[in-house]
Amino acid sequence: MTEMKNLVKSLADNYGRYHESLLPILQGVVEKKRFLSEEAMVEVAREIDISAAHVFGTASFYSFLNTSPMGEYVVRVCKTITCMMHGKNLIIQELEKQLKIKLGETSHDGKFTLLETNCLGQCHKGPAMLINDTPYTNLTPDKVRDIIQSLKQNDLVSNAATQVN
Amino acid sequence: MSKKNLKRLDLIFKNENDGEVILVKTMARPTHDLINDLIISGLKGRGGAGYPTGLKWKLASEAEGDMKYVICNADEGEPGTFKDREILTQVPHKVLIGMAVCAKIIGAHEGYIYLRGEYKFLLPSLNEMIDDFHVLMNKIGFDFRVKIFLGSGAYICGEESALFESMEGYRGEPRNKPPYPTNSGYRKMPTVINNVETLAHTYSIFKYGPEKFKDLGVQDSRGSKVFSVSGDTPNPGIYELEFGMSVKKFVDDFGDGDAKAVQVGGASGFCVPRKKFDKTKIGYQGKLTGVSLPTGGSMMIFNSSRSMYNVLHNYLDFFVEESCGQCTPCRVGTQQLLLGIEAVKKGERSSEYLDRLLGLAENMRVTAKCGLGQSVANSFSSIVENFKEEMIY
Amino acid sequence: MNNINLTIDHIEVSVQPETTLLEAAKKLKIKIPTLCYHEDLCVAGNCRVCVVEQVGADRLLPSCATPVSEGMEILTNSLKVRNARKSVIDLLVSEHRADCTRCYKSEGCELQHLSSEYLIGEDSFIDLVPLKEYTIDYFSPSIIKDDSKCIRCQRCVRTCDQLQDIGALTVAYKGEEMKVSSFFEKPMYEVVCTNCGQCVNRCPTGALIERNYIDEVWTAINNPKKHLVVQTAPAVRVALGEALGMEAGLVVTGKMVAALRRLGFDSVLDTDFTADLTIIEEGNELLQRLKGALVDKNPDVNLPMTTSCSPGWIKYIEHMYPEMLPNVSTAKSPQQMFGALVKTYYANKIKVEPENIVSVSVMPCTAKKYEANRPEMHASGYKDVDLVLTTRELAKMIQQAGIDFEALENEEFDSFMGTSSGAAVIFGATGGVMEAALRTAYEVVTGREVPFDGLNITPVRGMEEVKEATIKIEDTLPEWSFLEGAELKTCVAHGLANAKKVMDKVRSGEASYHFIEVMACPGGCLGGGGQPIPTNAEIRAQRSKAIYEEDAGKPIRKSHDNPEVIKLYEEFLKEPLGHKSHELLHTSYVERNRY
Repeated sequence: MTEMKNLVKSLADNYGRYHESLLPILQGVVEKKRFLSEEAMVEVAREIDISAAHVFGTASFYSFLNTSPMGEYVVRVCKTITCMMHGKNLIIQELEKQLKIKLGETSHDGKFTLLETNCLGQCHKGPAMLINDTPYTNLTPDKVRDIIQSLKQNDLVSNAATQVN
Repeated sequence: MSKKNLKRLDLIFKNENDGEVILVKTMARPTHDLINDLIISGLKGRGGAGYPTGLKWKLASEAEGDMKYVICNADEGEPGTFKDREILTQVPHKVLIGMAVCAKIIGAHEGYIYLRGEYKFLLPSLNEMIDDFHVLMNKIGFDFRVKIFLGSGAYICGEESALFESMEGYRGEPRNKPPYPTNSGYRKMPTVINNVETLAHTYSIFKYGPEKFKDLGVQDSRGSKVFSVSGDTPNPGIYELEFGMSVKKFVDDFGDGDAKAVQVGGASGFCVPRKKFDKTKIGYQGKLTGVSLPTGGSMMIFNSSRSMYNVLHNYLDFFVEESCGQCTPCRVGTQQLLLGIEAVKKGERSSEYLDRLLGLAENMRVTAKCGLGQSVANSFSSIVENFKEEMIY
Repeated sequence: MNNINLTIDHIEVSVQPETTLLEAAKKLKIKIPTLCYHEDLCVAGNCRVCVVEQVGADRLLPSCATPVSEGMEILTNSLKVRNARKSVIDLLVSEHRADCTRCYKSEGCELQHLSSEYLIGEDSFIDLVPLKEYTIDYFSPSIIKDDSKCIRCQRCVRTCDQLQDIGALTVAYKGEEMKVSSFFEKPMYEVVCTNCGQCVNRCPTGALIERNYIDEVWTAINNPKKHLVVQTAPAVRVALGEALGMEAGLVVTGKMVAALRRLGFDSVLDTDFTADLTIIEEGNELLQRLKGALVDKNPDVNLPMTTSCSPGWIKYIEHMYPEMLPNVSTAKSPQQMFGALVKTYYANKIKVEPENIVSVSVMPCTAKKYEANRPEMHASGYKDVDLVLTTRELAKMIQQAGIDFEALENEEFDSFMGTSSGAAVIFGATGGVMEAALRTAYEVVTGREVPFDGLNITPVRGMEEVKEATIKIEDTLPEWSFLEGAELKTCVAHGLANAKKVMDKVRSGEASYHFIEVMACPGGCLGGGGQPIPTNAEIRAQRSKAIYEEDAGKPIRKSHDNPEVIKLYEEFLKEPLGHKSHELLHTSYVERNRY
């Protein structure tokens, strides 16, 4: 069995093989793989026994169930009104500079994807962004730089750790 | 410093550790008494639609079904709204106890919290709280379990029937109504679905009695309301205030001294211009006339440096993306409104085209399938009518 | 339950509870325009074209999705309704590539009709089509899917889900990007699609159409080197008239033959001939399988046997139940048997080189286009069927040729391969193949006609979703004595959702049959994806009635009595399931992915 087959199977074992299990299973795949590949969707369709087209149709409805490859860290900057009023564009500029990618792109090393998103419910602390599941608020360009640097740093540390081990 | 002329309340956020006592006391009372208390209190849905909570629970208790469900709608996605997150962070036990009482009244054994994907970071603390809650349920011998269902980034899933579709593993597309959730909701079974804040309020009502709640607010709008204040304000944040205040009083308290407009109720709410601050009150009074505005609690303040064209453009952008897309007026109408104001701004269409768009917005209001498409006209018309020059020049 | 009383446009009406406003209005002969609504499908309430006003209510109601309630006062044509409806239609036009003069669906487009009725003028909303990327998928030999013409009514999606239970089409994305899509937006020929064309039949615009081969046929007809042979399927003759302005339920066989000659076909032949031949081959195959199972106790013999005439069904079972492919009769469909014979036996008979024959078929079906393109279908050494037209395409050609169809005198098919029995005619209706097979098989085994009044095996007729019939076999001929007293259990399903129910039962062992007829389309071929639009239960019933009338009026009612078929065996095939048959008339199937 492929790795994806195993992953989907274990998620289905956990959440069941009902139509209602679809979202939790897809969320589980995204958590592990950051996006839903064609193979993943076919495997999910097989486990629940529904049409692969419907898996795709449902997944593509939800902004967080990406159907194209994403980086290890998915950065979602809130673009809704109050975050916009409080300088969301400057935050994106800084992120583009730090990550050396444009909005909508993934960095060459596959670490970061930069996206915009609708209201994160942090309007009193805008500008705000999510990196994977973690919210970051009251952003300033300086703060963004530090956050990104520390994520890059973390990776170096964990890579080094893996190498030592 | 702001003039604190509006009274801050703390019914919701007061940290009370008497959950078990209140629950045991409440569960011992006859069902119809509890429903009566809710009806007397005048509590209405705090998600924005304002349906009387007592009536909703009563209908669900009378409905027939093999199973019944209690669902807490925590898919807080309205731009400018963040109160539910705060409630779930600070006083989640009040919400859970409200759900348990509801379950007792309608005869449910399963409850769900539909938590928006953007709030996934709340999962660990909420799950801990739910574990404690289940211990309490076992202790008092009430068969009721609550699970969290996580959303995945779709504003429309806050619409109750779309939320059911989402939980059932489908695209979050609103259903035709009737039937209503109290008869046919989650899994087509009788379901009570309430906003986070509504459920938290029931806790206070059962604890202090309906009168104390009813004493707050005015006429049809009773009790306190949690407001999410953002925009051009020195004091953004969450505030529990009494219903019935005028926008003027609100702006005096929270504005930066230069407010030219307040958006009440988020992108799907109404824009109140400075000249109407005085006569516009916050509440559910009577029909929607624009002088009395219901709200899920989003209050966004814009000062005179802001372009209302940009504000409207941002809202429409939001709707164009977040419409589920199934019904024509909403899917295509939102795109036409957005492109329309762009075309007028660029001079590609004459200013009269705005009238055409106002007509379109009104047609969307009367023909769209769900609240999203119906309420696009609220912000569109109130902004275009009050700030026409900004749309053109 | 008491009736509900209400008024619609000030006229009182009393209807059953649960009736929708649309149905109540229909009762009063008030026509409310609709788009996403289709009688065959569940209510969606998406397009909002059918909105009506309830006096006293602020918002309008979708009449298709709103049940009546006591005392309602409904207005279907108030100014508020007209404005709203016009606005909705205008919006739909703005996202539709309104290239009407170039559109294949022109004049048959429901949006075009509404736009014209509501006077949607030049002063419209902003045209959204050039602002978006759109795909036109013309890679399938059967179906063209043009996203730029889609108005998102989702009829196709509901058709594929509810009638066919396939789910090849889905709604993907949301908001402005929302669209009808296949899995991962792949071309239709790459996904789990049976090419049945039921979506095409229900698409209100030109977003889903059949791939047409009209120009190719005209080119061939006008090529003096080519000999044009045409065959026409049984269901075409009971529906063609509809596409040419005649009422539903008329048998127009004679006019159709005359029209085909006028169009320039050299040999006008009948698929019904090979329908009779199919019965002989498939019936014998069934008896052989029964013998293998009952007498030889051969564990490799697969029962139940299912029919194989419907190419939509074949592709479906290849995708969905590949493990049951050995249960499918190996007999080719009548179209492909015909094709294989045209370029061998018939070519020889008329002394034309097979490479100079262009073999055209007219089918009620879009899947037949795919079937003709299957690599297996070259038994003659050539492509057995070159070009497949639907009933709709033939109607179009007749119009193009300026033929006054209704005024044509009836003509007869050419012979050879133009004679058929009533049993072949009923192939066009659900249960027809079963009935035809039973008429023959019973007689082969017992030497007597089937014990049904007038040979009409009524239990397998009609539009019930799944039909079952058991025939007891008694007093057999000596060589079939092993069947003495046996009860032949049969089952008939039409529409793939019903086929799925049957196959799931068979697979689980819940049901045991000997012979199953499956037609991919609701009502059988008469409701095929290539038939005139619109289709609904009433129209299908009328076509069905016409088919059984034609059968009853035929001098020959049983396939094995068809003199041309008998002669074919004498001259060429020698015996059923023989060497030649195996080579030309039988085929094999391909396992495909289910997801």
